[in-house]
Amino acid sequence: MSEPLQQMEAASKLLELKNIDLSFGGVKAISNISFDVMEGEVRAIIGPNGAGKSSLLNVINGFYHPQQGEIWFDGKQRHAMKPYQIAYQGIARTFQNIALFKGMTVLDNIMTGRFTHMHKNMFWQALWKGPAEKEEIENREFVEHIIDFLEIQAIRKTPVGRLPYGLQKRVELGRALAAQPKMLLLDEPMAGMNVEEKEDMCRFILDVNDTFGTTIVLIEHDMGVVMDIADRVVVLDYGRKIGDGTPDVVRNDQTVIDAYLGVSH
Amino acid sequence: MFYRESGDFKKTYQKDNQTFPIKFDRWRYYFVMLVAFIVVPMFLTDYMANAVMTPFLVWAIAALGLNILVGYTGQLSLGTGGFMAVGAYATYKLMTAFPGMDMVSVVLLSGLITAVVGALFGLPSLRIKGFYLAVATLAAQFFLVWLLNKVPWFYNYSASGQISAPQREMFGVIITGPHATPVAGYLFCLVFAVGLAWVARNLTRGRLGRSWMAIRDMDIAAEIIGVNPLAAKLSAFAVSSFFVGIAGSLFFSVYLGAAEVTEAFGISVSFAVLFMVIIGGLGSIFGSFIGAAFMVLMPVLLKNILVGGMGWPTDLAAHFEFIIVGGLILIFLIVEPHGLAQMARVLKEKLRLWPFPH
Amino acid sequence: MSADFLYIIEVILNGLMAGVMYSLVALGFVLIFKASGIFNYAQGVMALFAALTLVGIQTGQIPFSHLINAIFGTNMHHFGWQVPTIIAILLTVGVMVLFAIIVERYILHHLVNQEPIILFMATIGLAYFMEGFGDIMWGSDIKTLDVGLPSGGSLWLEEYTLGWAAEGENYYGMYLDKLDMVASLVAIVLVVSLTIFSQYTKTGRALRAVADDHQAALSVGISLRTIWVIVWSIAGFVALVAGIMWGAKSGVQFSLSLIALKALPVLMLGGFTSIPGAIIGGLIIGVGEKLFEYSIGPLIGGATENWFAYVLALMFLVFRPQGLFGEKIIERV
Repeated sequence: MSEPLQQMEAASKLLELKNIDLSFGGVKAISNISFDVMEGEVRAIIGPNGAGKSSLLNVINGFYHPQQGEIWFDGKQRHAMKPYQIAYQGIARTFQNIALFKGMTVLDNIMTGRFTHMHKNMFWQALWKGPAEKEEIENREFVEHIIDFLEIQAIRKTPVGRLPYGLQKRVELGRALAAQPKMLLLDEPMAGMNVEEKEDMCRFILDVNDTFGTTIVLIEHDMGVVMDIADRVVVLDYGRKIGDGTPDVVRNDQTVIDAYLGVSH
Repeated sequence: MFYRESGDFKKTYQKDNQTFPIKFDRWRYYFVMLVAFIVVPMFLTDYMANAVMTPFLVWAIAALGLNILVGYTGQLSLGTGGFMAVGAYATYKLMTAFPGMDMVSVVLLSGLITAVVGALFGLPSLRIKGFYLAVATLAAQFFLVWLLNKVPWFYNYSASGQISAPQREMFGVIITGPHATPVAGYLFCLVFAVGLAWVARNLTRGRLGRSWMAIRDMDIAAEIIGVNPLAAKLSAFAVSSFFVGIAGSLFFSVYLGAAEVTEAFGISVSFAVLFMVIIGGLGSIFGSFIGAAFMVLMPVLLKNILVGGMGWPTDLAAHFEFIIVGGLILIFLIVEPHGLAQMARVLKEKLRLWPFPH
Repeated sequence: MSADFLYIIEVILNGLMAGVMYSLVALGFVLIFKASGIFNYAQGVMALFAALTLVGIQTGQIPFSHLINAIFGTNMHHFGWQVPTIIAILLTVGVMVLFAIIVERYILHHLVNQEPIILFMATIGLAYFMEGFGDIMWGSDIKTLDVGLPSGGSLWLEEYTLGWAAEGENYYGMYLDKLDMVASLVAIVLVVSLTIFSQYTKTGRALRAVADDHQAALSVGISLRTIWVIVWSIAGFVALVAGIMWGAKSGVQFSLSLIALKALPVLMLGGFTSIPGAIIGGLIIGVGEKLFEYSIGPLIGGATENWFAYVLALMFLVFRPQGLFGEKIIERV
C-alpha cells in the first residue's frame, strides 16, 4: 500500500477500537478486540448469541468501561466518559428491547432526541415566551423533517405505549436520528419484525446513510439483510473477533463458517 | 357543537404548542381567571378565605412542586413537610432581619433558599432509586424538623419556640400578621399560584421537562440521548423544592400567621401533599389543583355534615376522614393511577366527539 | 470497672434490645417484600391494629360501639366479659388472617404488575385506611395491654451489677427492662422458627420460589394468590407479636403505628430481602442511636433519635445502595 493512501485511510477513520478487554467479575465478555469504522460506511457486527455484540456497543457508547484497550473517536482518544457526554460527541443508538419513553408522545420522544442541540437555560424556559419558544420551534421544524422522513406523521401525538412494535422501532430510530449523530449504533433494529417491516427498516437505514451521511454500526441476526446492506462485517464468537471484511470475504471465511455451522471435533 | 377542534387549523408550531388547543378550553380558562381574580374577592367571606380558599391555593402550590418531582421526574419524596418548614423559617428570618423587604421578594427568596436545601437532599438520588430514595427523603423530613426545632437561632430565641409573622403590607393593604385582611391574603396567594402554575407548565413542556420525563420513563435511554442524570434529578429537586418552599412561606406568613415546626410541618404534611398529587393526577398541573381542592374541601365538608349536621363527635369524623382518604388512594391507584385529571381528560376526549361514540 | 464504662455497657445493652424491637417490625416488611415485591408501609399500622384488636377482644369491647352510639344515640361499650389471653390471641390471629385474605382479594389482586412505587403508595393508602378503621372499630383512647408479660426493671440484675463499679463511685447497678429481655427472647424464637419454616417446609420452599421469580413459580404450579395470603398472614402474626411487645411497653395508641417509620432505616441498612439483615440492621440502629444520643446528643440539643437512624442509613446507602445483605443490583441495557 502506498503512503498517501494510508494517510487518507487514517483520516477517514471515524472510530477505532484497539485491543479492547471487558470482563464482569471473572467472566470475560470481550477479549482483545480491535476494529475500525470508516466515515460514512455501514458496518455490521454479527455473531452467535452471547458473542459479546451488545457489550461491544455498550463499550462504544460508554455504558461499560473496558478494563483495557483504547478507543479513538473522530481522531481523538477517548478516556472514561459518561454516556451522556458521549451523546454530545455525536453517537446515538437504539436498543435491542425498545427503550422509548412510554409516558410521552411520539413527538416528545423525538424532541427529546434534540436534547443535545438545545441550550436555553432554566430561566428562559420558565418564561417560555422569547428565546426558549424560538429554540423549541426551530427544533420542532427539524423534528418534523424526521417525522416526514420516517412516514409517521399520523401518529405524532400518540403516546408511544399505544403503538405497535414495528412503529415503536421506527420512532426509536427517529429519536436517535434527531440528535444528528455522526455515528448511529443500531442494536438488532429488525428483531421480531416481519419481512415487510424489515424491508421498510432496511430502506430507512440505507436512506439515513445516504441522505444524512451518517455512519452506521449495526448488530443483526438476519444474514440476508446484513450481506445486503453492510459495507463491511465484523464477526464475533465467544468475545473474540474471528472475521472482518467485506460481506463476500466474511461469507467465504472458514472460521466464520465453522462458528456458524459448528465444526466436528 | 361547542367543544370542537375541527376547522380550527393550527398553522404554526407556536399555535400547535399552546396550552389550551381547543377554543372552548381557552375561553373557560379566561373565565376561571376572571372569576378567581374579580368575582371571588367580591363575595369572599373571611371564613371562606381562611378555611377554604387560601389553604387551597397554598396546598396547590405545594402539590405542583411535589408533582414535578414525583409525577414528572418519577422520584418519590416524603420530605415535603420538611421543605415547607424550610420555606416558612426562611420567610420568618427574612421578615425579621430585613423589615423593609417587600413580601414578594421575601417569598421568592424563601423559595430559592428551599431550592438549595432541596437540591442538597436530592444528591443521594443519583445513587439510590425507588423507595430507597423515598425513605432517604424521610431523613430530610426528620432532620430538618429537628434542626429547626433545636437551633434557637431559627426562631429568634423566642421562649415558646414558635415563629409568628410580623405585619406587612402590599399596596397599602395588610396581608400578614394578626390584623391581615383574609381577602388580601387570598389574592396574594392567588398571584403566586397562577404564576407558578404558568412556570410549571413552561418548564414541563420544554427541554427541561422532557429530560425529567425521560429520566422517569427510562433513565438509561435518557442518559444515552445526552441527559445528564445528576443535572436532571437535581434540577427537579431544586425546582420542586422552590415551589414547596414558596408554599411553606405562604402557609406560614399568610395562612397560619404563627407556627411551630413539629406541629405544622410534620410527616403528615408530607403524606397529605403526596395524596393530593395521587388523587389529582401524577404528572398533571391541573391535577395538582384538583387534588389540593379535594384534600382541603373534604375535611371541611365531612365536618359540616357529620359533626354539624348529624351531631357526631369530632374524633369520629376525623377517623372517617382517614378511612376515606386511604380508601380513595387505593381506589385511584387501582382504577386510575393518573387521578382525577385523567378522568377529566377522558371526559374531554368524549366531549370532542360527542354525540358520536368514536 | 469505672462507672462510665458500665454506663456505656448499659447504653449498648439497651440499644441492642431497642434494636430487637425495631427488628421485629422490620421482619414483617422483609417477609412481604420477599414474597411479593411490595414495600408494605402499613406494617406499623398492622401492629397497631393487631394490638387494638387483642385488647378489644380481651376486655370484651363491642366493635364499632362509638359509631353505633353516634348513629342510634345508644351508650354501649362493653359486653361485660373478659376473654382469656390465649383465646384472645388466637382470635386476633384469626382476624389478621381474615385481613390478609381481604387485602389479597381486594387490593393486591388488582395491582399485579404495577410498578413498585405505585404499590408502595397503595400501602400508604392502606395504612391510612386501617388507622381510621381501627379507631372506629375500637376507639382511639389509649389502652393498656396486659397479657401477663413481666415489666419494670430487673432488680436482680441491678443488685448483681451493683458491686461491679470501682470502690467509692456513685453507681446504682445496671437497669434493664424485663419486658425488653422477653421481647429479645421472643424475637429470637420467631426468627428461628421462620427460618425453619422457610427452609424445611413445602410452603416455605414455594414461598422462596415466588420470591425468586413470580412467573417461574407460577409455571410449576404454585398458586401466587395462596402464597400471598400466607405471607400476609405471617406478616400479620409478626405484627401482632410486635404490637404486643410495643403495646405492653408504652400502651396501645396511635403512636404505635409510627414504629414503621423506625423500621424503614433498619431495612435500608439491612437490605429489603434479608431476614438476618433485618435483625442486624435493627441492632446496629438500636445501638447506634442510643450511643449517639448518649455521647453527642447532649452537645447538640438531644432528641437525636428522631433522625439519627435515617441519616445513618442514608450515608450508608450512598456507598452501598443494596444494603448490608441485599442482593447486588446489576443494571443491564
